[in-house]
This record gives sequence, structure tokens and C-alpha cells, in this order.
Amino acid sequence: MLREIGVESIEELFADIPAHLRLAGPLELDPGQSELEVFQELRALAVRNTSTEDEVCFLGAGMYDHYVPALIDSITSRSEFLTPYTPYQPEVSQGGLQAMFEYQTAICELTGLPVSNASVYEGPSAVAAAGYVAKLANPGRSRFIVSRALHPHSREALATLAHGWGMEVVDAPLCDGLTDLPALDEQVSAVIVQQPNFLGAVEDLEALAGAAHAAGALCVAACDPLPLSVLRAPGECGVDLAVGEGQTLGNRLDFGGPSFGFFAATEALLRRVPGRIAGETVDVEGKRGYVLTLQTREQHIRREKATSNICTAQALNALAGVIYLSWLGRHGIVELTELMLQRTAYARERLAAIDGVALLHDQPVVREFAVALDAPVQAVIDRCVAQGVNPGYALGRDYPEYENGLLVAITERRSRADIDRLADLLDGAVAAERSRNTHHVGAR
Amino acid sequence: MAFTAAADDQLTIYERSKPGRRAFVAPALDVPEHPLDDLIPARLRRAEGERARLPEVSEPEIVRHYNRLSKRNFDLDTGFYPLGSCTMKHNPKLHERVAALDGHARLHPFQDPRHAQGALELMWRLQDSLAVIAGLPHVSLQPSAGSHGELAGVLLTRAFHEDRGETRTQVLTPDTAHGTNPATVTMAGYEVVKVGTDAQGNVDLDDLRAKATPDVACLMLTNPSTLGLFEHGIEEIARIVHDVGATLYYDGANLNAIMGICRPGDMGFDIVHFNLHKSFTQPHGGGGPGAGPIAVADRIEPFLPRPQVVRRDNGNGAQPFFDLDYDRPRSIGRLRGFQGNYGVFVRSYAYIRSLGAAGLRDVSEVAVLNANYLLARLRAEGVLEHLPVAYDRICMHEFVLSGAPMKHDLKIRTLDLAKRLLDHGVHPPTVYFPLLVDEALLIEPTETETKETLDGFAQILVEILREAADDPEIARTAPHTTPVRRLDEAAAARRPVVRQRF
Repeated sequence: MLREIGVESIEELFADIPAHLRLAGPLELDPGQSELEVFQELRALAVRNTSTEDEVCFLGAGMYDHYVPALIDSITSRSEFLTPYTPYQPEVSQGGLQAMFEYQTAICELTGLPVSNASVYEGPSAVAAAGYVAKLANPGRSRFIVSRALHPHSREALATLAHGWGMEVVDAPLCDGLTDLPALDEQVSAVIVQQPNFLGAVEDLEALAGAAHAAGALCVAACDPLPLSVLRAPGECGVDLAVGEGQTLGNRLDFGGPSFGFFAATEALLRRVPGRIAGETVDVEGKRGYVLTLQTREQHIRREKATSNICTAQALNALAGVIYLSWLGRHGIVELTELMLQRTAYARERLAAIDGVALLHDQPVVREFAVALDAPVQAVIDRCVAQGVNPGYALGRDYPEYENGLLVAITERRSRADIDRLADLLDGAVAAERSRNTHHVGAR
Repeated sequence: MAFTAAADDQLTIYERSKPGRRAFVAPALDVPEHPLDDLIPARLRRAEGERARLPEVSEPEIVRHYNRLSKRNFDLDTGFYPLGSCTMKHNPKLHERVAALDGHARLHPFQDPRHAQGALELMWRLQDSLAVIAGLPHVSLQPSAGSHGELAGVLLTRAFHEDRGETRTQVLTPDTAHGTNPATVTMAGYEVVKVGTDAQGNVDLDDLRAKATPDVACLMLTNPSTLGLFEHGIEEIARIVHDVGATLYYDGANLNAIMGICRPGDMGFDIVHFNLHKSFTQPHGGGGPGAGPIAVADRIEPFLPRPQVVRRDNGNGAQPFFDLDYDRPRSIGRLRGFQGNYGVFVRSYAYIRSLGAAGLRDVSEVAVLNANYLLARLRAEGVLEHLPVAYDRICMHEFVLSGAPMKHDLKIRTLDLAKRLLDHGVHPPTVYFPLLVDEALLIEPTETETKETLDGFAQILVEILREAADDPEIARTAPHTTPVRRLDEAAAARRPVVRQRF
């Protein structure tokens, strides 16, 4: 091969790199290993993690331990879905493009909005991307009003970007678990809320969207897609952009990613939507087919005038999403969500009955709710974890006002027996911590 | 032999739906049932008739539907995919197996660090390896893809300057840049200023000097460039940029050419992003997922996104503890939820552990060897007479041809050539990019292709050009053998149909 090129050595091929920039020795990395050794190393790392197979997990707060049906792995591991690039050559990418089209349809149906893109990175960055659309659609306005019950990661991701746009992010307070919007003026670009919100409560989206529109602002809702099967569709409530985390739709937890973000919009915002959109068309013989469409929004065509810089998104994860939604089907998704509703109601009653545990709010919830402990929450969590049950997410890190708050998620993987066990352990742990504190106070 | 009629082959999953069919069976209700109205008031619920119209299909129908769809995709495991700038190299199968282990795949992102030590150590080691490869000491794994890493890089630049009390308004990008660079600049709140390319395909240093003013915050550069050429004036470029107090940003799309050979940090770059889905073998998934970690110099480190994975050494011979550090008061903040695309980190870490230092260097050497060999084959076969190389130098891992003479002499455009390649079972190169080369083809063979594949590709190009000399209409109407023929993209954009109508 070198002879064909007309050089003597590989080194000559790198002659354009100034000699003193070329490394004299190898990189300071460990030597390579055989496949078997790498497998063993990666397995040794894996077993040092406590997965949701190793404990009974009530953690949620943005990602949830749902069952992922076997057919998803079977389909998404096919090389024809796993290994192609973004479908730039539609004639040999009809499978991926049609799957995107089917995915977009499912997202439109869940959100009640007419337009969906083919995916964005994940939930919180989808909220930030929605903020950018609002900035473009509502120029000259300087402020986002975000619900304090919008996921803390979403609020922070938006703030990170908004700083670059010179825009301000202002929290709207909560009243009994629900967003309590302040008076809105003509500087508000968008009102951004979450459904159900971070504390699990179901918001009145129609009222929130109405207030936003009255001030000329857009309404953005970050939504959890499974609850949307029983809740009023955001689009029907007047929401302009419904976005969110798609992990719950057939994607595994993966310590936080990769999953996908979904992004749905009104017709009016179609040409400002970020990322890929699959569209239907015909070929020269009149046969139906699909292409990436409205590409003049995108960075590779429009460059500095693009509506977003996104290129690689989460196509494979969105494919898992549409397979999952097809598996659940029109009625199955409602049955699954209603099962979670009933078990969550049961868990809420069981926990609220414990001495030293009170509901943080009594708003309607779907699969997650918040309680306040009359004991140090981290110590209570540690006691439960030691017994093989992870009771939930400590709210105090993000909400100093809920110092001993605990957010508990109930997926279909948590049975009545699991919930009973949680209640018993929590009862014991709270009681133990309370007596320990009493004892300490007494000793002082 | 096809048992399904063509029309049936084209149905969507919604068109296959029949009332009453299903795949899902709900687990039994094991708690006392409350009336729904007691749980969520009717005014907040969907009415029965407003249910999301998801398909009603059985499991065998779903499996067959998506298997059929899969057969309408071309993929890397099936054939040659020399898509320039995308690094379509083999994705080792081991990576899927290790990423699927319960301890990785079923780990909740809010698991307490005490119970996620394996994951945090893996991330810490990956940070360390990427820092070594980049020649820059600090790494954040958080960005979700290359363009997300770019956004992080420009926001870090803003934080760096603001910390010094400076306000800058412009970011420089070469006219050869990926579209993501200028799009990122706008999204980060800066104005794009374009820098030209000289006759050798390098950044035009005079133009750069003229545009490098104290208003400039950053120069975003890909090296090797999107022309597949190494900027041999890189040190002078760094000097010019640093002299006006700007940062130098490395777009890592083309890192596959230089791993273990030279390091962006040594060239003077302050911020680097990696595309783990390019150089580090995360499968592209038909458009993601990816991951876009960044490596930065000391002076940028205080501003890195939150949280950072850190190793806390307790001394006294105790095991180190791996933790998430949120206490970063000068951080630009989060870019996304949780800690990044961990599943991608597992695969890329497995790749680095498989290859080690020597293996990574081999990767880049063979990537560059393959590109130069293919270019030499095309020259020897006379292909370059119709498709001249845009800048006739030793290339790095990819090279750019111009289809302009072919268009003039043989009456077929680069687009026609690309579509005809589909009939030969090869994915076309990147076309019409970089923008400054007329009728461009950007060809990146990667290191995982054999000499025989490269020889075969050269022969296919010879045949297509010969065929076009006889009858250009064949290429102009190509492809002829694909599941659909050329599609009407203009009509799709004019009257967008982006969802199934019921």
C-alpha cells in the first residue's frame, strides 16, 4: 500500500504535522487487552454498582425503573438500526425514516400537538431547546418564568444557555405543590412548567397556558409521556411546546443516558423546531417514501441562521420509544398508567399513615408523590437501603424548603408487596431516627 | 422471492392496526381500586374518546413490521460506508454486551455515589484517558454529542472572559467548518465571522490576522480540517488567537487521524470536544445516540459543567472514593440532566481498554494509510481526471474530490454519482461538503476497511464513470435497485406531512 502511495513509511504520511508536535513515545495509557480481559474488567466495574435488579428501587425524579419488553432489544440490536448514520441518503434509509415518522405520530398523539421532531438529546436539554425556540419566536423579551416544580436539572440547563442569550430565568413559587404564577408582563418570553411536576402533582395546564398567552408569552410544558395517556393532552390545553424525557418509553436507565428527548410543537412553530424531522413524500415512480424534511432549519444547510446546532440526536432511543408505544398499544398504555395510579394511591396512603411521615401536598398524582419526614431524610434512606429498599429521592439537595422531603416513584415493577415492605421499613427507620434524636437531645 | 405485495411492505404500524389486537398484558391489580374520579378529577383527564391513537397490533406483527423496515436500511455491518467526517468504523460487538450488564444498564442516575462506585470509577478513568489523548488535563463527560460539546466550549469561553471582566462579541470559524460550528456560535449568543482558506487548503493566515481583534472570543477549528488536511501553521494560528486573548477550540470530528500521533493540547488548543460516536465506536444508531465530552486547559477548568466526577483519596491506604462534585461555584452550570450518556461511556471505555496506547496509534496510522492508499488507487485508475482532488497533498484520514470536471465532461453531477453508488451496494461519501469545493465528495474510508474493499470501491467508481461516458442517463436516474427511487424532497418541504393522518 505504501508503494502504491509512493512513500517509504507511514511516518511520511504525517509529514504535515510539525516534527516537534509529533509524540516521541506512546500515550500514557495502559496496554491493550484481549476481548475476554476487557469483558472481565467491565463486569467487575458493573458489579460494584447497585442496580435496580439488586434492590427494590423507589427512585424516580426524572428517570424511572420501568420494565423494558424483550422485543425492544431484539429489534434495536439489529445492525440495520444500530449501525447506520443519520439518513442522509433516503433511498437506502427508508426503514429508519419511516420509524421516525411513526415515532413523530405517536408523540403528536400523546401531546395533542400537530408537529414532533425525530428526537433531541434528553429531557432537560429539550427544555433548554424549547427556551431557544421561544427566544426566536418572541424576540425582544428578556425573561423566562419557570415553575419551581420544573425538574431542577431542566431549570439549570435552561439557565446555562439563557445566560448566553442575555436572558433571565425567574422561578415561579409553589403553593400546595402546584405552580403559582406571578403577574406576567410583556418581558416574559415563555412560561415553563412540568406535567406532572417534579413533586408528582398534576398541574392545571389550561390555566397556566391561558395566563402565559394573556401576557403574549409561549407556554412550554415538560411532560412525562406515560401519564399523558390519562391526562388531558398539553396541546388541547393550549401548550405551545410539549417536550420531555423519553427514557420511560422503552429505554433503560443507563445511569442517566443515553435516552431521548421529545419535542412537539404547534403548527405555528413548525419552522422553528430544532433537529431532524421525517416527512412523507413520493419517489419518481409515485411510490410513498420518507425524507428528512424542512432541512433549511438545520445547521448543515442554514449554518449560523439555523434554529439549533443539533446534529446527532437519539434516533435509536426514539426507535425504542415507538416500539414500546406500539407494544403497549392504544389501550395498554392507559391500563399501565392506571395500574401505576392505583398503586401510587395505595403507597401514598400507606406512607401517610406512618407516624412521622406527612404528605408534602395532597394534589392528584400519577406515579410519584412527595412526603415530608419528621427525621433526617438521609439517615432514613440509609437505614432502608441497608435492608435492600431504596425509598426514593431526597428533595433537600434541590429544595432547602423541603429539607427532609422524600420523592417516591411507583412504576409497574413495584408490587403491593414491595410497597408494604417500603412502608414497614420507613416506619421503622423514621421511628429509630426520631428516638435517636430524642435520645441525643435528652443526653445534652 | 417476495411473499408480500409491495404495497403491504409499505404500510405504517398505524395502518396495520386492528381494533382489539394487542401485545401488552398489564400486571394484575394487587391493591384496592379507587374510582378514577377520586384520584384525578375528570377536568384534568383525557376523555375516553380522546385517547392517543397508538396502534393496536400483536407482538408478531410488531416484530415483523420493524424487521421489514430494517431491511430498507443500508448499514455499516453490511457494507462500505465512506461517509466523510462521520468516521463510520466498525463497532465492536463486545461493547453492546458490556453496556447491557445490569450493573451498567439498570443503574439509576440518582443512585447514591456510595453504591455507584463502579460507574463513577469508569467515568473517572475515561476522563483520564481522554485527557491523555487530548493533551489537556481536565475533562467533562457531560455533553450529549459533538454539537453539544461545541456549545459547552463556547459557553466556557464566555465564562472565562466574563471572569476577567471582558466582553467579546465574535467567534471566528473557517469557511470549511462543519455547519454545527456557526450554528453553535449563534446559539451561544455570539456573531459568526468567517475566515478564508488559502490556495493550499490551510486557514488563510492573513485573513485570520485581519479578523483577530480584541472583539474575538474564540476560533473554532477542525484539525485535520474538513478537507482532510493538517493545518501545518497550527502553532502560528494559536499564537494569533492567543495574542488577542481569545480561546482556540478544537472540533474533534477528525480526531481519528491523530490519536497517539499528536495532541490538540500541544498544538495550543484550549478546549477540545470528542465525538465518542466517531473515533470511539459508539454505534451511530441511525442518528444517535452519541456523546461529546470536552477536555480543557487549566485556565478553563473552573468553569466546567456541574457535576464533575472526582476521585477523593482518603490517604492511610484506604480505597479512593469516586464522587460527583457539585460544589463548583464558577461553573457554567448543567447542559443536560444527570451525568451524561453513560451507556456510551461504557462502550468507549471498553474500546480504549481494548486498544491501549499502541492500538490507538495504529488506528490513526491505518486510517491515514487507507485514505492515502484509496486516493492513490483512484489516481492510478484515472478517476481523478474526472474527479480531481481538491487540494493535492498527502491527506490525513479523509480527502475531498471535486465533481466539477465530471459534471462538465460526463454530464453527471456528484449527486448522480452518489445515487449510482447505491446501486453498487456502497454508501456514498459525504456530498456537497465542504462548501468551498464545487460538487464536493468527502471520502473517509476509516481504518477498519481492508485493502480489498478499497480496491473494490475504486473499481466501482471506474465503472460508474465509464458507464456515464456511454450513457449518463443511467446515473442521472439512479438509484435503480433500492427500495424506493429518488424522492421528491422539494414537495416534502413545500407541504410538510410529518405525521400519520387518521
